[in-house]
Amino acid sequence: MKVRNLLKAALRSLAKNKMRTFLTMLGIIIGVGSVITMLAIGQGSRQSIQEQISSLGTNVLMIFPQASSTGGVRMEAGSSQRMTIEDLNAIRERCPSVAYITPQVRTSGQLVNGNSNWRTSVYGVYPDYFNIRDLKLTSGMVFTMNDDRSAAKVCIVGQTVVTNLFGEGADPIGSFIRINKIPFEIVGITEKKGQNAFGQDQDDIVVAPFSTVQKRMMAVTYIQSMLASAVSEPKIPTASQEITDVLKAKHNLGPSEDPDFTIRTQTDIANMATATSKILTILLATIASISLLVGGIGIMNIMLVSVTERTREIGIRMSVGARGRDVLLQFLIEALLISLIGGFIGISLGVIASQLIASILKWPVTISAESILMSFLFSSAIGIFFGWYPARKAARLNPIEALRYE
Amino acid sequence: MNNSIISVKNLVKIYRMGDVEVHALRGVNLDIRPNDFVAIMGKSGSGKSTFMNILGCLDVPTRGNYFLDQVDVGSMSNDQLANLRNRKIGFVFQSFNLLSRTSALENVELPLMYNKKISSKEMRDRSLKALESVGLADRAHHFPNQLSGGEQQRVAIARSLVNDPVVILADEPTGNLDTRTSLEVMAIFQSLNNQGITIVIVTHEADIAAFTKRNITFRDGKIIREVEVNGQRNAREELALIPVMAEEDEL
Repeated sequence: MKVRNLLKAALRSLAKNKMRTFLTMLGIIIGVGSVITMLAIGQGSRQSIQEQISSLGTNVLMIFPQASSTGGVRMEAGSSQRMTIEDLNAIRERCPSVAYITPQVRTSGQLVNGNSNWRTSVYGVYPDYFNIRDLKLTSGMVFTMNDDRSAAKVCIVGQTVVTNLFGEGADPIGSFIRINKIPFEIVGITEKKGQNAFGQDQDDIVVAPFSTVQKRMMAVTYIQSMLASAVSEPKIPTASQEITDVLKAKHNLGPSEDPDFTIRTQTDIANMATATSKILTILLATIASISLLVGGIGIMNIMLVSVTERTREIGIRMSVGARGRDVLLQFLIEALLISLIGGFIGISLGVIASQLIASILKWPVTISAESILMSFLFSSAIGIFFGWYPARKAARLNPIEALRYE
Repeated sequence: MNNSIISVKNLVKIYRMGDVEVHALRGVNLDIRPNDFVAIMGKSGSGKSTFMNILGCLDVPTRGNYFLDQVDVGSMSNDQLANLRNRKIGFVFQSFNLLSRTSALENVELPLMYNKKISSKEMRDRSLKALESVGLADRAHHFPNQLSGGEQQRVAIARSLVNDPVVILADEPTGNLDTRTSLEVMAIFQSLNNQGITIVIVTHEADIAAFTKRNITFRDGKIIREVEVNGQRNAREELALIPVMAEEDEL
């Protein structure tokens, strides 16, 4: 039979049972639609996590001291106090792949402005911190290395801090606040960044010169951690190696000895987060695929019913010269049409559903061409796979018995 | 003998139903020459339907030879048998067996659809011509449920004609029809036979068999009688003698 006639015959028999065809198709529509939507959600969240991780800064390396251990009692990670400003200067001098580096100390402070007060983290860093983290100011200016040398009582605050101490939209540049009873002048306000991938409010910070926080607020001589950036992304591993070598030498550790510090790079964090969201995507897609599978079983069920119902028609066709493969092709094309039309509608509905989710729930969604192509191929494969058995059953009917069938 | 359209030698068909063997045909010999018009008669269970199924290439014999148009059918595959049915045989059934919700014209086109060599235009032309020859050209676009029994059977005859077969096989073609429409159908068969087409019908009505040229009677899987019909009756003439009962009757 010619393809055109086959298509015509298939369309006609599908049109004969419109309700049944539609319900069978619905299984595929829902299956394909949910695969598309779930993939869009999964890929969207992955993309937004990646964006947030790149908001940590560019080519960032974090250097933490290891856990300290006194007489065999190990303390928490980062509790070692062996990292000093000399280490930092050594890295700055001897690591060509490191572009910027800043020490970092962190304490918490009670902020007071008039009758408002607020508790938040206070970071002590060098001005390079803003280059490393790619942090911009909406107003004011970054403090300088001179401020650090003189342990000047200046600070830069985030939007959340401004809102809580001065009210929404205030511009407190030049105002004085008290942090743990020490007066600080606000010299800058950071750009609003919102929550990061881990749910922390990135605007709830106070950044002050390193020496100011280290000496005036914490009264310590060590640094808690260092933040560095590599000159370029491919140089991140090199920078990491250089820092390791310099710090090991400074801490009198042989090349074979374990370092007393940890370096984490942005790539590590990104890989970890994308791995998590990849699992999420796979999970969502698997659940959706199961509904597609159920839709396929629906096709098989209906095709089996259809073959039984049309036994006599098959007998007639065989008696006028239809070969087994003609009958097989006819039923296979019917199954394929159901799954392809269903797949097409499912893709359209999936795209619409994803857009709705994006606009109503404000979830990040990404619809990729691959996911559409994959759903399309998958649904046609389902049509062939689940249509094959009923079609073969039809093709193997004995013409005499089929003609006699009531 | 050599120019026989159908030549059957020692045909045996045994069905196995569980442990029981049913001998449906016990050695049948028959030759049907071109332009013959044969009626196969016999009680139910006499093997005539089995014989027709084998003649129609729907079934294969257990033993014996069947030559259709000088070709040995015995060793053919299912696909080859389907091709034979498509090119050399026209079927007419007792219950018409038209596809429902499919127009008369498309029902007639059906055998040609399974022949890839025929173009859509040729298919349409030949089908219209076949419908014309059974007097139903004006009903081409009617569906089977809009046609009377006699008309449905005439569509079925047009379908059996359309592929230009060497033989038309009709299994009880008048079994579901009243006397008048039976005569109409037999009149069509006779006129086709006059145009040179070979026809084999199965019937258990002696009246119907009298319109053919040769009667063959089966009993217990064997041919017990084979007679030439003396004074073949003419269906068209007899049809003219029956008073028209109702005005809406066609013809």
